[in-house]
Amino acid sequence: MAGRTGNSKVNDFVVRFANVNGTGSASANFLFTKSIFRMGIPVTPKNIFPSNIQGLPTWYEVRVSEKGYLGRREGIDLVVAVNPQSMKGDVASVMPGGYFLYDSSKMLHAEYIRSDINYIGIPLMEMCNKEFTDPRQRQLFKNIVYVGALAALLDIELGVFEQLFKEQFAGKEKLVAPNMKALNMGVDYVKANFKCPLDIRLERRDLLKDAILVDGNSACGLGAVYAGATVVAWYPITPSTSVAEAFDNYASEFRIDKETGKKNYAIVQAEDELAAMGMVIGAGWNGARSFTATSGPGVSLMNEFLGLAYFAEIPAVLIDVQRTGPSTGMPTRTQQSDIMEAAYASHGDTKHVLLFPSTPKECFDMTADAFDLAEELQTPIMLMTDLDLGMNDHVSPPFEWDDKRVYKRGKVLNAEELDKIERFGRYLDKDGDGIPYRTLPGTHPTKGAFVTRGTSRDEYAVYTEDGDAYARNMDRLIKKWHTAKDMVPAPQIYQKKNESSSGIIFFGTSTYAAEEAMDILKEKKVSVDALRLKSFPFNKTVEAFINSHDRIFVVEQNRDAQLRSLMMIELGTDANKLIPVLNYNGMPITADNIIKQVLGVLSPAPQLKKVS
Amino acid sequence: MSYIRPKFRHPGLPKNELGYTIDHYEGSLSTLCAGCGHDSISAGIVQACYELNIEPHKVAKLSGIGCSSKTPAYFLVNSHGFNSVHGRMPSVATGANLANRDLMYFGVSGDGDSASIGMGQFVHVIRRNLKMVYIVMNNGCYGLTKGQDSATADEGSKNKAGSVNHFGAIDLSSLAIELGATFVAQSFSGDKTQLVPLIKAAMKHNGFAFINVISPCVTFNNNVGSTKSYDYVREHVEATSTVDFVPEMKTITTSYEEGTVKGVKMHDGSVIQLHKLAPEWDPQDRLSAINAVQHAKAKGEILTGLLYINEESKNLHDLMGSTNIPLNTLPESVLCPGSEKLKDVNAGLR
Repeated sequence: MAGRTGNSKVNDFVVRFANVNGTGSASANFLFTKSIFRMGIPVTPKNIFPSNIQGLPTWYEVRVSEKGYLGRREGIDLVVAVNPQSMKGDVASVMPGGYFLYDSSKMLHAEYIRSDINYIGIPLMEMCNKEFTDPRQRQLFKNIVYVGALAALLDIELGVFEQLFKEQFAGKEKLVAPNMKALNMGVDYVKANFKCPLDIRLERRDLLKDAILVDGNSACGLGAVYAGATVVAWYPITPSTSVAEAFDNYASEFRIDKETGKKNYAIVQAEDELAAMGMVIGAGWNGARSFTATSGPGVSLMNEFLGLAYFAEIPAVLIDVQRTGPSTGMPTRTQQSDIMEAAYASHGDTKHVLLFPSTPKECFDMTADAFDLAEELQTPIMLMTDLDLGMNDHVSPPFEWDDKRVYKRGKVLNAEELDKIERFGRYLDKDGDGIPYRTLPGTHPTKGAFVTRGTSRDEYAVYTEDGDAYARNMDRLIKKWHTAKDMVPAPQIYQKKNESSSGIIFFGTSTYAAEEAMDILKEKKVSVDALRLKSFPFNKTVEAFINSHDRIFVVEQNRDAQLRSLMMIELGTDANKLIPVLNYNGMPITADNIIKQVLGVLSPAPQLKKVS
Repeated sequence: MSYIRPKFRHPGLPKNELGYTIDHYEGSLSTLCAGCGHDSISAGIVQACYELNIEPHKVAKLSGIGCSSKTPAYFLVNSHGFNSVHGRMPSVATGANLANRDLMYFGVSGDGDSASIGMGQFVHVIRRNLKMVYIVMNNGCYGLTKGQDSATADEGSKNKAGSVNHFGAIDLSSLAIELGATFVAQSFSGDKTQLVPLIKAAMKHNGFAFINVISPCVTFNNNVGSTKSYDYVREHVEATSTVDFVPEMKTITTSYEEGTVKGVKMHDGSVIQLHKLAPEWDPQDRLSAINAVQHAKAKGEILTGLLYINEESKNLHDLMGSTNIPLNTLPESVLCPGSEKLKDVNAGLR
């Protein structure tokens, strides 16, 4: 084996699996991740998959970080290469001194031999063909054998796997034994043929406390159940499909009437995204909490309805699991590139409230918050998550629900309240906050009925083409927008007071990498103040942070620095002051990338000058 | 319409069982052209709701965009209305109905709104058998943009500007039957005697009740050579039957010739009495309904009346197994699983 420079890396490395999709590798790879999680060590997997069901290359990258960094990291320490299609790239992806684990049933082609990496050949196919007769089993157990090999190479506790198999096959216990057998085949082979463990290895820790391992889409679906969503309309699109599926799963667990067996929710797979949004708006108009989940192409189609909901003031929740655009783009890669589209969706003067979660727990919390905000503000609320957050598993703080929490249903008049009113005016600003009162169909025999419309109307919802009445309404909508600023989640600020003339702003899934970058910059004696944005419109804290620094790095995962544009438009910030830090290749942004871009502007030199 | 409706109502106007006179069911003054067929249909809806003793606030009226879609403002002033976006009323109605299954839903659309821009939603709301009355006010043209041909304009029909339509017409009724619609009727805005009982029957249907009403556009498509003009339609209408709608528990007072009467009992016990004019046609048989429509078409006639009904139909809520209680009234205690359950969820994710 090639020698490895530096010290051994305990709980700090990246393993990448190169598989063929549709071969059952996903569950084996997840087993690997979960075993590390169970050993109390921070772990972050990224599924890098094709827009395809069977036969194309797919990768699963697992980063282990004792320090708890959950962002992606460049540089692969160990590749498990079981896909001949991608072998060339997979060999090249290993860092010098790293490891290349491959199926040695066939001899490795000479062109794949590098002198600066270590090769771990295991005759996976041969071993499985000998032990198992069923072809599908041979395929599936091959995956378990390589997990077993990794267990020995990286020092994963075998008891953890046994427990995981027992949980996975609860009710089908006879499957535990053959899985353990396959696992041990891998263990035994590498122990007999290689020095175990490697210099990259694991040690049990207790760093995760009560953390959970979950994907953001499940968290959104669960959050919607907790928030009382009853009508869900959706159209299948990667990467958002599993939000609706999660809602359906959790609702079928928690929302079935015990006596009648009937559902206390309705979920419809619509004919397209237009119809999905229409259904959400119809339900919201009629007083049910309702949402849809989609991705950028769906948001494009929903623009028409988003404009209607903005103008006619109807609550709606849209979960946008962003993917790489424009157009069909890279459907299975991540990006934060729907920001502008969502903020100003639809023709005419519109502005929409956006929320930016960065962990599964925040997906849960902010989904619930979105329903409160939608009804309080009577407008669409968009939860801007992305493929990385939505579809990958993340170590997250556990979900919490305060049983004292009461749904905020907003200004809805009931029959008694209507009786006290001389004449109901749907679009009157009674409270001076720009938010009018609404009524639901069926409330009162003679009071409170009106026609909701996307055309201009007066304060009493009567159609009008009077320019003054139109302008009054548009001005009230802006007043409501200002009201929203104090209602949306406030940003997270990382320092008690400003310590630098430079600031950095990030949001969503850039957070992991940005926080790691902050630590590393600190080690390099580069001081930058940090703010994590959680919502749009920007509130005073965001504005003050920007105004109190000479330069602001704006980290985002798109080409056009869309959030930066929002700051320029909404806050009038000087473009020269806002320095874009971008990543848009479809892979989650890394700390190294952020550091490189920040240091490109801020060399550590000024700090050194001060010392001299 | 450019006239002022007198506020005066005869003090002796008859009241229905709820104690309402018919003006309680009217809407604001129509702004459509004088003589527009759509206003007659609005009047038909008013009449049907009055006669069936409907609480107006228990009705929701929805529409898309176009002349037809303006009409919800012109009937049932005490009902909530939703004039949504072009061609998308079916989805809005679907969401509204899912939220509250206890209201009655009227969807009003036009031939542009349903047969062109909204064809996708029209087709899919039929598939889902959403419980609603869906009326297309079909005039074969785009009135609000000054008379362009619509997709229901017949091939060879001439519009006001004199140009002849070269494209095949989309026959919404045949399409609806083909797609499995559970209630399909066709009528003419000029025939209130037929239209009102059809609307009443549609209101009692447990599913998607579609009424395609030929409703001439007096301004842009009422000329010689148009197949959607008043004169042309009057001359070419052929009815499947005369229709009486008999609410539950009422004795049937109309008498028909033996052998020509067919009674269809609705799920709530009310009965549609059909005095059949076409002996070979059976409204409960889809094939027979399609045949009747196509035969009439081949003869250049417009078949009106009830075309097809499946009175045992199951609506969307029935199909999905949703609760009988309106979803928008479920309390937080039913909707939110609470923190204890969340502990189990968390435990399952460790």
